[in-house]
Amino acid sequence: MKDFEYEAPVSLATAIEQIAAGNGSVKVLAGGTDLIDHIRTGRLTPSLVVDVKKIPELNVLEINSDGLRLGASVSCASVYGNEDICRDYSALSDSCHIIGGIQIQNRASVGGNLCNSGPAADSIPSLIALDATCVIAGPQGTREIAAEDFCTAPGKNVLESGELLVELVMPARPAKSGSHYLRFIPRNEMDIAVVGVGASVMLDETGETIQSARIGIGAAAPTPLFAKEASELLTGLPANEESFAKAAAAAQEIVTPIDDMRGTVEFRTHVTGVLTKRALHVAVERARKS
Amino acid sequence: MAKKRVVTTKINGRPVEFLCEPRQTLLEVLRENLDMIGTKEGCSNGNCGACTILIDGKAVDSCLVLAVEAEGMNIETIEGVASADGLHPLQQAFLEEAALQCGICTPGLIMSAKALLAQNPDPTEEEIRFALAGNLCRCTGYDKIVRAVQSAAKMGCASAAK
Amino acid sequence: MATAESDKTGLSSKGKYKVIGTRPIRPDGVDKVTGRARYGADIRLSGMLHGAILRSPYAHARIKSIDTSKAEQLEGVYAVITHKDFPDASDKIAELGEGSVNLKHLSSNVLADDKVLYKGHAVAAVAAETTHLAYEALDLIEVEYEPLTPVLDVRKAMQDDAPILHENQRMEDMSPDATTSDKPTNIYKKFFFEQGDPDAAFEKAHIVVEREFTTATVHQGYIEPHAATAVWSAEGKVTLYTCTQGTFTVRQQVAELLGLPLSYVKVIPTEIGGGFGGKIRVYIDPVAVALARKSGRPVKVVMDRASVFEATGPTPGSWIRMKLGVDAQGKIVAGDTEIAFESGAYPVSPIGAGCMCVFSCYDIPDGRIIGYDVCVNKPHSAAYRAPGSTQVAFATESVVDEICEKLGMDPIEFRLKNASVEGTRRVDGVAYPRIGLVETIEAIRDSEHYQTPLAGPNRGRGVASGYWMNAGLKSSVTATVNGDGKVSLVEGSTDIGGSRASIAMQFAETLGIPMEDVVPAVVDTDSVGYTDVTGGSRVTYATGWAAYEAALDVQRQLCDRAAEFWEVDSSEVTYDKEDAAVKGPDGKSFGFVELAEKVTQASEPVVGRGVSNHNEPGGAFGTHAVDVEVDPETGKVKILRYTAAQDVGTAIHPSYVEGQVQGGVVQGIGWALNEEYFYDEAGVMRNASYLDYRVPTCYDLPMIDPILVEVPNPGHPYGVRGVGEVPIAPPPAAIANAIYQAVGVRMRHLPMSPPHVLHEILKKEG
Repeated sequence: MKDFEYEAPVSLATAIEQIAAGNGSVKVLAGGTDLIDHIRTGRLTPSLVVDVKKIPELNVLEINSDGLRLGASVSCASVYGNEDICRDYSALSDSCHIIGGIQIQNRASVGGNLCNSGPAADSIPSLIALDATCVIAGPQGTREIAAEDFCTAPGKNVLESGELLVELVMPARPAKSGSHYLRFIPRNEMDIAVVGVGASVMLDETGETIQSARIGIGAAAPTPLFAKEASELLTGLPANEESFAKAAAAAQEIVTPIDDMRGTVEFRTHVTGVLTKRALHVAVERARKS
Repeated sequence: MAKKRVVTTKINGRPVEFLCEPRQTLLEVLRENLDMIGTKEGCSNGNCGACTILIDGKAVDSCLVLAVEAEGMNIETIEGVASADGLHPLQQAFLEEAALQCGICTPGLIMSAKALLAQNPDPTEEEIRFALAGNLCRCTGYDKIVRAVQSAAKMGCASAAK
Repeated sequence: MATAESDKTGLSSKGKYKVIGTRPIRPDGVDKVTGRARYGADIRLSGMLHGAILRSPYAHARIKSIDTSKAEQLEGVYAVITHKDFPDASDKIAELGEGSVNLKHLSSNVLADDKVLYKGHAVAAVAAETTHLAYEALDLIEVEYEPLTPVLDVRKAMQDDAPILHENQRMEDMSPDATTSDKPTNIYKKFFFEQGDPDAAFEKAHIVVEREFTTATVHQGYIEPHAATAVWSAEGKVTLYTCTQGTFTVRQQVAELLGLPLSYVKVIPTEIGGGFGGKIRVYIDPVAVALARKSGRPVKVVMDRASVFEATGPTPGSWIRMKLGVDAQGKIVAGDTEIAFESGAYPVSPIGAGCMCVFSCYDIPDGRIIGYDVCVNKPHSAAYRAPGSTQVAFATESVVDEICEKLGMDPIEFRLKNASVEGTRRVDGVAYPRIGLVETIEAIRDSEHYQTPLAGPNRGRGVASGYWMNAGLKSSVTATVNGDGKVSLVEGSTDIGGSRASIAMQFAETLGIPMEDVVPAVVDTDSVGYTDVTGGSRVTYATGWAAYEAALDVQRQLCDRAAEFWEVDSSEVTYDKEDAAVKGPDGKSFGFVELAEKVTQASEPVVGRGVSNHNEPGGAFGTHAVDVEVDPETGKVKILRYTAAQDVGTAIHPSYVEGQVQGGVVQGIGWALNEEYFYDEAGVMRNASYLDYRVPTCYDLPMIDPILVEVPNPGHPYGVRGVGEVPIAPPPAAIANAIYQAVGVRMRHLPMSPPHVLHEILKKEG
């Protein structure tokens, strides 16, 4: 492993100073489950690693009538270990429960998964479906950006030199709402998503009609996608398989997958439709029970 | 070269202080600096679980932890599982159920199983299989490993583990 | 003098033995569950340096120059080596027990000579104070390559215009109409076997099915990466600590490659974290030895996981054409097959074994087998559990299933009708002794699994059989009777999965003493007689036999000592293993422990010696049944239930026999469903990690139910047959047959991964 310095600041201000001073050769460490392997293999060669796990703002986990605030370094295991998140933000806990094995979930954070910006990152379709906002701090102050706008290319995102993701904020979930994330992997654990779909729905009080929906898709394009048309066409439709199939067809329209060791274009396109239907089906079931 | 750091931890119940480079993983420090070779290296990228240890009671891959991060942490390794009174029920069950062949994955599996049983003393087969999914074994086909964990659970492993 | 001679005629082990068939805790178990056992990478010597290896980024290139000067100048670097540090190797063939190797090829594989032949091919090596520093030094080595076009597919490599790996290679053609050609080729050898007149027999067949199959390159996937530590003595002898399946073959390879007298190389085995055939040929051992010599310090080299995938023996990808003909009653009348194996960068592959296994399960009066051993730009293939058998079983057993469907015949009934039995002559010429294939088919037929109908949509059941010939070869043990009545049993077979137990149990059985009173030790090449590799499913058979001989020797010596004590002729003294006692005239008797104590105090030590070199290992067969459920929308296959019946001869330690069956089945399931080397066009393996080389996890599987059928091998004192390898062969075919039952698609490519299965489903649906 190439040599690097290590800092573990306890305040956000210090962290931002240290990151900004590094002139782009700084890498932020949260769970480290991606970063440490990238450094070991030489794909990344930072001169300084800043461990952000001791910063209070990045460890926030708050759920109340305003919604959910999730600090960027909170571990996946803490997310799915929280019953309120499991109930109200099911898609997110679904994601956290399938990233890596338990050893990974105990370390990896949702914020890290987002900042790593892999096209197949399991948490991002859920963040998109749950309408998450990313709170970013930097030398120029704080800014916010929608989850679907965060990633710009494989491994790339909107963070400027010196900036740090602080937390993810998701709006409160009203009654008759539900969400689900599922992915396709060849095994049942330990794989990277070949396709992943997160869906959230809000139903009317009868539970029969979709008032609104959001669908996020992973591993089917250079960045995770917000399936806008597929989501919007569901508004006002009955919550049934026929409607889900319409959304699935629309979702398949926007994907631009590749052939690789995990799947083919044919496979990913087909499975995008299959998973969209299945994600909506479960999200609706959960909404009806909520 | 980056300055070496002094890190103070607790390993298997005893305070341990070590000196390490920031680029050293906890796996490397356990094995190379502290001569605790019971924790194994299988892949060094978090995909095989051979290096599983417990940090503050939670199973993690020690190849994906920097040793400098361990400051103040409570670490448990395979070397601390048996006590002066004898083997831990999980270790006994692995032996009786023939749950190992080559044995290289065994320390990691025992650590993962220990974390599982501490949290869930009576897991279903499905829960055991999920909890051990991060630990690859290439010899056994897992059948006897699952049975060993079931057997240890029956022996009241969780209470014995305390 | 009584011996255990009568055991040779036994039929089933049940109730027959005191120790054999019981399930004691293995002698090395406590060390392995407490983390004390030392594996390859666990060796630490004072003053030890760490090695690292520079590997080729190209799949095929000429090396124009290597400049190591900058690396040598880095502070903390003690030695840098390239191929030039090895003496010129000859074209001699070294037999390794499970496969053989040409030493010139081996030398070029360990550190590339003038060409690199696969991505990851070792080019140079460094020894430095720390691993980190060694890797930094690798970045300072400058290698100039002339990239060449790689060839990765076995059939493309056989074409006339294919890029050639070895300019001086000419095909060795074993077929009757062989012609000699002076044209360079990637085909190292063409095998040919024929029995009867297959062409005429096909003419008369009622049904003929001919299909083509392909299988991807797969890896043994042992969890422990290769690791070797070498240290030289001042008088020019070297000691090597290594995780290997065979210390003596490592000694031989290292001595040959470095031009050392055999006896100047001492190989100390560490525990071994899996091998499956992949830890027989050397990779890093000669590198560690050469670095240690050059640096004058002990050097440890540990492979990283990516290098294990990219540069150690996978098992061959293959192309197979399979044609079978049956008469109207469902009797096979003819078989004809062509099999091409990728041997990788160098010959040879397990194609010979593939040819022996392809028609092994059936009585085929007229048949032809053609095999090709073909070089491609992938790492040199190595043995992997029943090497060559799994690929060919996939083809044969899939076509058999299709024929059963056309005949409307139950696959069990078909197999019983056509199964090989004692006396059946295989197409490659071998006639079987007493074998237990029929018994395994019957065991599946009668199993609760097969008797329970499978219900539910998209579910199917498949059956397949498989074979492995097993190996005998050489083993040595010595046994010292200690004053406390226990025995130190010294053996040379590295214990990869419980063989200390299975050997000690045969020894204990022969003396009638408790297994716990036998203390086994696996020792180095200076401390025990020659012993071949732990491979070929031979250890429990052959080293077990050596232990049996050593126990008989102990019996003899104890009888002689007792005769001396009693002052009678030794012909009047016998060993009674039922009582574990030596008995003489007039009711004289010494218990084993009593006599051991007495001998230690007042006589010559009792040291038993046993060697074996028997080659009737008793081929083994397995028949498997599997239930699957296929998700028709994604092509994902779920294994619902799995039962594997196998003729294990005699199950010495049933738990570890079951474990071998279960482990082999699961490797077969991995091969069937997801494992593959995924190459890009440049010949770079895109999935050289456990993340994307997907071996099965715990969460992907049900329990695996073994049925141990015991048809004792007449060629072993306790009826032992090798058990480790057979169980990997049937799973891919059994699963393919089950997938067909579930969703109606015939899968003829491995792995049957979701994209492939879905593709076939979509194609069928139009």
